[in-house]
Amino acid sequence: MTTTDTTTAPRTVSRAEYCVIACAEAWRDNGEVLASPMGLIPSFGARLAKRTFSPDLLLTDGEAMLVGLDGTAEGWLPYRRHLTMVTGGRRHVMMGAGQIDRFGNQNISCIGDWERPSRQLLGVRGAPVNTLNNPVSYWVPKHSKRVFVERVDMVSGVGYDRAEAAGVTRFHHLPRVVSDLGVFDFAGPGHSMRLASVHPGVTVEDVLAATGFEPAVTGEVPFTREPTAEELRLIREVIDPKGLRDREVRV
Amino acid sequence: MSGRTDKVMTPEEVVGQLRSGMTLGIGGWGSRRKPMALVRALLRSEITDLTVISYGGPDVGLLAAAGRIRRLVAPFATLDSIPLEPHFRAARERAAFTLTELDEAMFMWGLHAAANRLPFLPVRAGLGSDVMRVNPELRTVTSPYDDGEELVAVPALRMDAALVHLNRADRLGNAQYLGPDPYFDDLFCEAADAAYVSCEQLVETAELAKSGPPQSLLVSRHSVTGVVETPNGAHFTSCVPDHDRDEAFQKLYAATPWDEFSARFLSGSSEHDYQLAVRTWHEEQQ
Repeated sequence: MTTTDTTTAPRTVSRAEYCVIACAEAWRDNGEVLASPMGLIPSFGARLAKRTFSPDLLLTDGEAMLVGLDGTAEGWLPYRRHLTMVTGGRRHVMMGAGQIDRFGNQNISCIGDWERPSRQLLGVRGAPVNTLNNPVSYWVPKHSKRVFVERVDMVSGVGYDRAEAAGVTRFHHLPRVVSDLGVFDFAGPGHSMRLASVHPGVTVEDVLAATGFEPAVTGEVPFTREPTAEELRLIREVIDPKGLRDREVRV
Repeated sequence: MSGRTDKVMTPEEVVGQLRSGMTLGIGGWGSRRKPMALVRALLRSEITDLTVISYGGPDVGLLAAAGRIRRLVAPFATLDSIPLEPHFRAARERAAFTLTELDEAMFMWGLHAAANRLPFLPVRAGLGSDVMRVNPELRTVTSPYDDGEELVAVPALRMDAALVHLNRADRLGNAQYLGPDPYFDDLFCEAADAAYVSCEQLVETAELAKSGPPQSLLVSRHSVTGVVETPNGAHFTSCVPDHDRDEAFQKLYAATPWDEFSARFLSGSSEHDYQLAVRTWHEEQQ
């Protein structure tokens, strides 16, 4: 995809870079909350958001410290306090998903029958507490029918239909799902997944063919927005100079 | 020291106080600061049929591979830098033990409840998820206040014994962490009828306050039954700042068939034999 803007010559934006932009957008206007990215591209997105339009975000070093962009420690966040950040609501996590359905029910526990799984994954981890207490977005680096399924095998992260049925909607909020093909929100019927944008180079048909349920598609689906020249410079020169992003998403 | 209890023990003496069928809590988190020397001592014993309570790492993997677990209470099992614990996975995929799968926060409040001698603590977690389906024994409570919110009543995770590993300890059972995260080791000790602390280094009590700030004195002697000095005892998990995770060895652990790994590294008669086997392996890699 080649575009021009006012400050640079034409340049090609990679799919991975659109994914970084789409992830960064999840934290726009979040204010002074902890950005908890799981996975490489979400962590680049969080850092890009903090460097540009969401400077108040808090970040961790992946261990027990709150750190600034240069690694300067500004606070202590061991696991027990991290869990308080979750239940206090001052956090927006972007988790992965082994499976996810149209209402945002997510599974990272196991594939198949829980009693005797065909593939044991991590376990539910903090997905149940996350989804009932602070905003939870998802990142799927390889969009496929195996991940985007009609029904997940073990609900770890709670989706809209289950949250409503269980009466736990008070702090439940799933802002977006980003994949290597596009971005979804939950503005479809009954809080179901809606295709919010496709990354340039991807068609709506591509997304539908790789999705195991029918997401809502309303009108003309826009493209994921272009990075600004400054954002592209930050991604390439400051945030990910080694180009690790192109290993997570190769297109 | 006069008149006070010296609690220093060997790993074998710790295991001598454990029995088959017990409920055992294991501290640390994932592949971090696990009391691996005590787990290895357990593996050298005949003890089995255990209920294990753990933020799971290779402690769970080793005990599961050796067939010692009857029931596991855990929110996950991981090796951190290797996301999926291979022996835990294999054991689950052959339904080798019963799992009580809890969310991380539910697990933490279960520890708090046990440490505070409460039957349960309410949490906003679990509802709407399949944790409630796969653990049908879980109950809910309704807030007695105006909000009337329904919450999960996480039962206390009371245990017969807890095993934890810290950086420093004295002979009385006061123990100190020098890394960035206490994990939940103090709660494990307080939630157990007997708690055994292994440490990188046994020091005089007066040394503890010199090694770190007061808040690094995580575990207090009233909640400790026995203390074991096991240098490199968290191996191959991390125990910063004393040692990082042994990534090369962890890879070996994850990639080697259990019988082969067990025969080479766990068949000795002591922790010393294990540490020697690891050193020999590392020398061979050079």
